[in-house]
Amino acid sequence: MKGIPLSALFGLIVTGLFFGMAALAPWIAPYGMSEIVGDVWEPASGQFWLGTDNIGRDLLTRMIYGGRNTIFVASMATALSFCLGAFLGFTAAVYGGWVDQLLARGNDLVMSIPTLISALVVLSVMPVTLPVLIVVMGLLDSTRVFRLSRAVAVDINVMDFVEAARLRGEGQSWVIFREILPNALSPLVAELGLRFIFAILFISTLSFLGLGIQPPAADWGAIVKENREGIVYGIPAALVPAVAIVTLSIAVNLVADWALTRTTSLKGGRGA
Amino acid sequence: MPDPLLSIRNLRIEATVHAPGEPSREVVIVDDVSLSLDRGKVMGLIGESGAGKSTIGLSALAYGRGGIRLTGGTITLNNREIRLADAATLRSLRGREVTYVAQSAAAAFNPAKRLMEQVIEATLHHGLMSREAAEARAVDLFRTLSLPDPETIGQRYPHQVSGGQLQRAMTAMALCPKPDLVIFDEPTTALDVTTQIDVLAAIKTAIAQTGVAALYITHDLAVVAQVSDEIMVLRHGKMVEHGTVQQIIEAPRQDYTRALISVRSIEHTEKPPSAQPLLVVQNVSARYGAMAKDVLSNVSVQVHPGQTLALVGESGSGKSTMARVITGLLPPRAGQITFDGRTLPRALKDRPREDLRQIQMIYQMADVAMNPRQTVATIIGRPLEFYFGLRGAERDARVQELLDAIELGKGYGERYPAELSGGQKQRVCIARALAAKPKLILCDEVTSALDPLVADGILKLLLDLQAREGVAYLFITHDIATVRAIADSIAVMYQGRVQRYGAKSDVLAPPFDDYTDLLLSSVPEMQIGWLERTLATRRMESAGN
Amino acid sequence: MVPILTLVTQRIALGLVLLLAVSVLIFAGTELLPGDVAQAILGQGATPEALANMRTRMGLDESAISRYFAWLGAALQGDLGVALSNGRDIAASIGQRLGNTLFLAAVTAAISVPLAIFLGLLAVRYRDRWPDKLISGLTLTSISLPEFLLGYVLMYVFAVKLGWFPSVSNINSGMSFWQKLNAVALPSLVLTLVVLAHMMRMTRAAILNVMQSAYIETAELKGLRRLTLIARHAMPNALAPIVNVVMLNLAYLVVGVVVIEVVFVYPGMGQYLVDHVAKRDVPVVQACGLIFAAIYIGLNLLADLISILSNPRLRHPK
Repeated sequence: MKGIPLSALFGLIVTGLFFGMAALAPWIAPYGMSEIVGDVWEPASGQFWLGTDNIGRDLLTRMIYGGRNTIFVASMATALSFCLGAFLGFTAAVYGGWVDQLLARGNDLVMSIPTLISALVVLSVMPVTLPVLIVVMGLLDSTRVFRLSRAVAVDINVMDFVEAARLRGEGQSWVIFREILPNALSPLVAELGLRFIFAILFISTLSFLGLGIQPPAADWGAIVKENREGIVYGIPAALVPAVAIVTLSIAVNLVADWALTRTTSLKGGRGA
Repeated sequence: MPDPLLSIRNLRIEATVHAPGEPSREVVIVDDVSLSLDRGKVMGLIGESGAGKSTIGLSALAYGRGGIRLTGGTITLNNREIRLADAATLRSLRGREVTYVAQSAAAAFNPAKRLMEQVIEATLHHGLMSREAAEARAVDLFRTLSLPDPETIGQRYPHQVSGGQLQRAMTAMALCPKPDLVIFDEPTTALDVTTQIDVLAAIKTAIAQTGVAALYITHDLAVVAQVSDEIMVLRHGKMVEHGTVQQIIEAPRQDYTRALISVRSIEHTEKPPSAQPLLVVQNVSARYGAMAKDVLSNVSVQVHPGQTLALVGESGSGKSTMARVITGLLPPRAGQITFDGRTLPRALKDRPREDLRQIQMIYQMADVAMNPRQTVATIIGRPLEFYFGLRGAERDARVQELLDAIELGKGYGERYPAELSGGQKQRVCIARALAAKPKLILCDEVTSALDPLVADGILKLLLDLQAREGVAYLFITHDIATVRAIADSIAVMYQGRVQRYGAKSDVLAPPFDDYTDLLLSSVPEMQIGWLERTLATRRMESAGN
Repeated sequence: MVPILTLVTQRIALGLVLLLAVSVLIFAGTELLPGDVAQAILGQGATPEALANMRTRMGLDESAISRYFAWLGAALQGDLGVALSNGRDIAASIGQRLGNTLFLAAVTAAISVPLAIFLGLLAVRYRDRWPDKLISGLTLTSISLPEFLLGYVLMYVFAVKLGWFPSVSNINSGMSFWQKLNAVALPSLVLTLVVLAHMMRMTRAAILNVMQSAYIETAELKGLRRLTLIARHAMPNALAPIVNVVMLNLAYLVVGVVVIEVVFVYPGMGQYLVDHVAKRDVPVVQACGLIFAAIYIGLNLLADLISILSNPRLRHPK
């Protein structure tokens, strides 16, 4: 791990910190998740580091638990969208013909409706629970991953070394996993970071609109929703999640950039 | 004695290289090069890729492509120093005193504008002539360059004319403002050989009629010998030798120049055909997808064990399609292919593994023929695993044997393709094909992307391996010199058909059919005056016009 | 037929087919998914009689296919049905709100499009120097914030702390144009920031892509001035990708509007849609979804048509 640039190190540490807080929330949060401990919208103090929220709960505690929910849902949705999108994208590229046409046209169709609108339409009839949220977000987002991985794989699939493997008589799984995947990795790694950030923004938006994580549980978007009334009175509690989201996004971006540089080198990473 | 038009002294050129995923580094591209060019003279700059010849050519415009910087020496044009000149001075000399003809005219023309507008743009921009006069001059130049319909061709868009015509239009664009100097940067390299000869003749005529001076950049000594007065040989950014055309060709002083001249002088005596051919292609026709026309029609050829059949033809002649049909990537519409006495299934997926092993393939671009994420040992070792089940030490030993056979030796197994030179990459591809112990190797333009000296080494290696392993080659190429060097029998392909087929000595001996005559005579020869002699005696016009 | 006309006709036909398919998808999404709509509306405690009543009222007893065609047929004639929650005619409710939404989007587009192109050109002109880096740094930050948070940040600064603009964007037909403009100032500023980042980055990329072409080098070696070169050789070829970028981002704007309207309590389509999703008012959601999708598809179609029409190879066939 030596020679790791400063920006990437910073990104790694911050990302690690966020994930660590999410994992250990019950142990590090100073108060209970929905415990009312003070007055409404108390300012920051030694007792309440970030102040209290609209009904007097500790905001730091809410942020830590909220981060846990946000990060959990975003990670699960990203994992789902990635596995599904990349698998179908590679399959479409490698098999070609009608399989490709069917998957690609179907994907175009879903992508022709804005993601948020699709999500709203589906959530208007489905019960809003964690598994439903994860599946809806993952499926909708997988269209983007599908498009990218298919495009990347189609480009690689026509290269002579893939043809050489086919002429040797290699099976589809060798072609996908040994010839195409290692070469598709760096654009996919960069995309992984982007998709994760997008998932964070997406779940926050849904929760803000009241269609994401339901009370009494909360995530960062829900905290904004709960405290939005305060803005008009000059109480910035609703802006705290903004800082958290921006910090996490930038940290993940820095890590993804570094991973991209690491994986682009064609000399086995020895030159870097 | 009057001052020279262009005088370059101790030129040094550097650049910053950004390799993906690695820190950028500085490299010296041209080091201590000096030259001097008088008015109306043509100097050829010759060298292999990486010799810095294009970079030197562009330095006459005080221009560096991308991150290239002219860091030292002087460049004097028309008695003024231009390397450090300000932007306004550079603008006034570019397009007026010096103009440029690029290798790919197709990319160098703006797709959204008509030819005429682009041809006369520099002339009008510098206020050299009225629009009417400039257009009249352009039409004259079109005529001099023997473009069809010189009066109206200027009204067309770049995509509406052929590659050879576009290259000539670009020459007209360079000559229109009556410059003192034109830089020709490999103007015929991207063209088919029968088109090249006409463009070359047109350029030569135009230079002679306008009396312009020129720097003619190319990697082909035979080409530059036709148009230049003197030649400078470059290697790795340094000058090797400089002299008149006659001196360079007839009495080269340096070993490197001698090697460039004697390239492609491999002697190979043809073997008589055996009784039992290895591969028989019989009345094969093929087309891609829903195309209305056959790419191959009714083709029949044979390859004999341990011998080489060369398939020769220009782009679009169907020669590469032949390889796809034989490997089963493109199942033929009609006809059959017999290998080693048995009929091959038409499609790749129906062929048993043993058939796949017996027919291996080597590609033109070794870069993309190897997975950049696999080491050389993995690339060569995989066929050993796959076909013979070799594992561990046994496999490693055999990989090393193969590496020795391609003259790479120890330590190469752990490298990635990006760490090899062009010639080394192609050698690894050869080793991968040999690893399967095939009876037939299809070689698709395997030397076309390589510099002549490197290509020579590859051809020698292939001949050597054939003698040792008894493997047969189906050698696809557009280059007659390569054919002469290695073939036992030849099939000349033209528009999807076999135009002429037989033993090498028969095919290359007169009487010729018209196309073979055109093809053979169009190959530049390293003699002064070859161009004029050939144009005077040939019977058929090339198709690229 | 002229190839370019064939292409244009094909693309328009494809757009119509896509729209039809999307209407099927939206309908299927709301009608066929697991989960009983009637149950969802009435809640867990509903009596079986009430559920049956609700199903009959919504026409759930008929087959999905016949309900789809009835819905689509009515929608094509401008009849979007009646809202379940308050019994009002949906088309009438949408009319005014759609106007408000389009007004907000138009104001945003009028600011962001020229600004994005100008900044894009600036970033190319000073490529890799500080203006370029500053612009890309700012845009990166604005991309990593969700729209609604950007909205609250600006509201906090400009409406609450500085008091320049109202924090709630109330708009009605009695207001003059300038009053309306003042009301949408903050939301359109937020939306501008949101689309500006994408639009500017894509404009920059489109121009840089053209500037790296060999024909730009040819023009440079003719001694042309930088500005002449950009205007005469780069622009004609960069125009199509830039227009494409603008269209795609306007399409993106359609979505951004939804969230921003909620933040500023703006009486537009987005607010209307979100309210009725929460109320599980399926006919309203279907209608709004269809309209948003139609606008989105329409803008994408327009972008494709422009790039077809501006391609010299298609305009001047061999």
